[in-house]
Amino acid sequence: MKLAVVTAGLTQPSSSRLLADRLAEAVTAQVEAEVRVIELRDLAVDVANAFVTGFPNTRLREVIEAVTGADGVVAVTPIFSGSYSGLFKSFFDVIDNTALEGTPVLIGATGGTARHSLALEHAVRPLFTYLRAVVVPTAVYAASEDWGGASDDFTDGLGRRIARAAGELAELLRHRTPKAKAGEEAEEEVVPFEEQLAALRPLIQ
Amino acid sequence: MVTTVQFGIFSVGDVTTDPTTGRTPTEHERIKAMVAIALKAEEVGLDVFATGEHHNPPFVPSSPTTMLGYVAARTQRLILSTATTLITTNDPVKIAEDFAMLQHLADGRVDLMLGRGNTGPVYPWFGQDIRQGIPLAVENYALLHKLWREDVVDWEGRFRTPLQGFTSTPRPLDGVPPFVWHGSIRSPEIAEQAAYYGDGFFANNIFWPKEHFIRLITLYRQRYAHYGHGTPEQAVVGLGGQVFMRRNSQDAVREFRPYFDNAPVYGHGPSLEDFMAETPLTVGSPQQVIDRTLEFREHFGDYQRQLFLMDHAGLPLKTVLEQLDLLGEEVVPVLRKEFAKGRPEQVPGAPTHASLLAARNAPVTA
Repeated sequence: MKLAVVTAGLTQPSSSRLLADRLAEAVTAQVEAEVRVIELRDLAVDVANAFVTGFPNTRLREVIEAVTGADGVVAVTPIFSGSYSGLFKSFFDVIDNTALEGTPVLIGATGGTARHSLALEHAVRPLFTYLRAVVVPTAVYAASEDWGGASDDFTDGLGRRIARAAGELAELLRHRTPKAKAGEEAEEEVVPFEEQLAALRPLIQ
Repeated sequence: MVTTVQFGIFSVGDVTTDPTTGRTPTEHERIKAMVAIALKAEEVGLDVFATGEHHNPPFVPSSPTTMLGYVAARTQRLILSTATTLITTNDPVKIAEDFAMLQHLADGRVDLMLGRGNTGPVYPWFGQDIRQGIPLAVENYALLHKLWREDVVDWEGRFRTPLQGFTSTPRPLDGVPPFVWHGSIRSPEIAEQAAYYGDGFFANNIFWPKEHFIRLITLYRQRYAHYGHGTPEQAVVGLGGQVFMRRNSQDAVREFRPYFDNAPVYGHGPSLEDFMAETPLTVGSPQQVIDRTLEFREHFGDYQRQLFLMDHAGLPLKTVLEQLDLLGEEVVPVLRKEFAKGRPEQVPGAPTHASLLAARNAPVTA
């Protein structure tokens, strides 16, 4: 099993990375998986260049292949201006929009205040739904106060939420056949030309 | 003379400000510059000049056969082509007529490269729907193919008015239609289309990593054989390339960098060095261009046509003409010699009107 952990935190160290690591640990405690952590900060210029040139350079391509070839993905973004960060969105924009189809994904976010926690549900979850990924029901939001807080009468503490989300992702991974290694990808598929023509018939003679 | 590999240039026809002077040529200057570049291509011994087709600023070549007809009248040997002719938004009947007329005027020195175009609004401007891009390319070419091969055509399709008893005039020169290349940057469907008809396939091979084009050409070669036109090695492949040369490679880099940094398409992005590493762009000495171009054969197999992009990003005409001197005098003669070495006999040369006529007249063998 391969688990790709994508984090868009910008500071070093960042709380997004901290959350991503906690989520990855909680997942690998339940299923055996090789973890690859990807800090998008290191790829910010490569991602921007991919928009300008229309293709990812060698370094970015290798990372994209690691993410699209993973059996599961943990994706964590800081919440900026009420939504995912631009870098986080940009990274998923340069990935082919079918490459994550059916991939189990655990989403997480960090922010200064718990008031932005629903950004996970109204921004991050729809992004992965569009990509036809399978997003686990529990999304984990960590506000600054969560790092020093505990559960209250109405909400689980951060640790419990991480454990629940990780359990949901682990459950999906356990029932999954590991993806083929990179390089074993299928040959270029093509619709035979007769079929392309036939789709236009009976009008063409 | 049989040309095994044709060498030439293709022009996008962009009107771009020269970043080193801030000067923007007028449309008139750019059109005349394209013609001067085409004439120079013949003068320095190149085989092909191809023009793009665009219907929006900052591009000038909206009417390729008009320009190519003018160039035809002022040249003797140069093959006139396109890169690309929009098979999606042009009426295939008009393509059939325009290029047959050009073929007669140029005594057969004409072929064309079909493409879908990459400018979204062109589709609605010409009454088409971009979501139908591939079906338009398939149906329109099916009609074009028929118009050049059957004297009287009855036709009904999805995308244009039906035809009853229609004859496209003039008929192709000597009854031999212009050779067709299909150009595509990303669609396996187009590689499949080229293979089905036994036409040529052109990978623009600029601005993108070569691996991407290798996949498409490999697919085209396999499918060419599948449809019984020959072996995969006999499929007719064309490649683009982009170069800038000075005798001293540091001079080339220094002079080209501002044009690169501000270029449409890739400017204001990666560094020149990174882009050279990631794509087939070569900026350096003629020898570096030779070495890099020879690698194309290793990546793509023996091929039939090599076109270079030489005149974009606001390079002044004088510079482009100097580039063509270097290309014609120092690069292409070496490439011709090197490409001929070890080229299997069964790999066909580049198609010309003469070769297609000879093939048509050859006795059919069992």
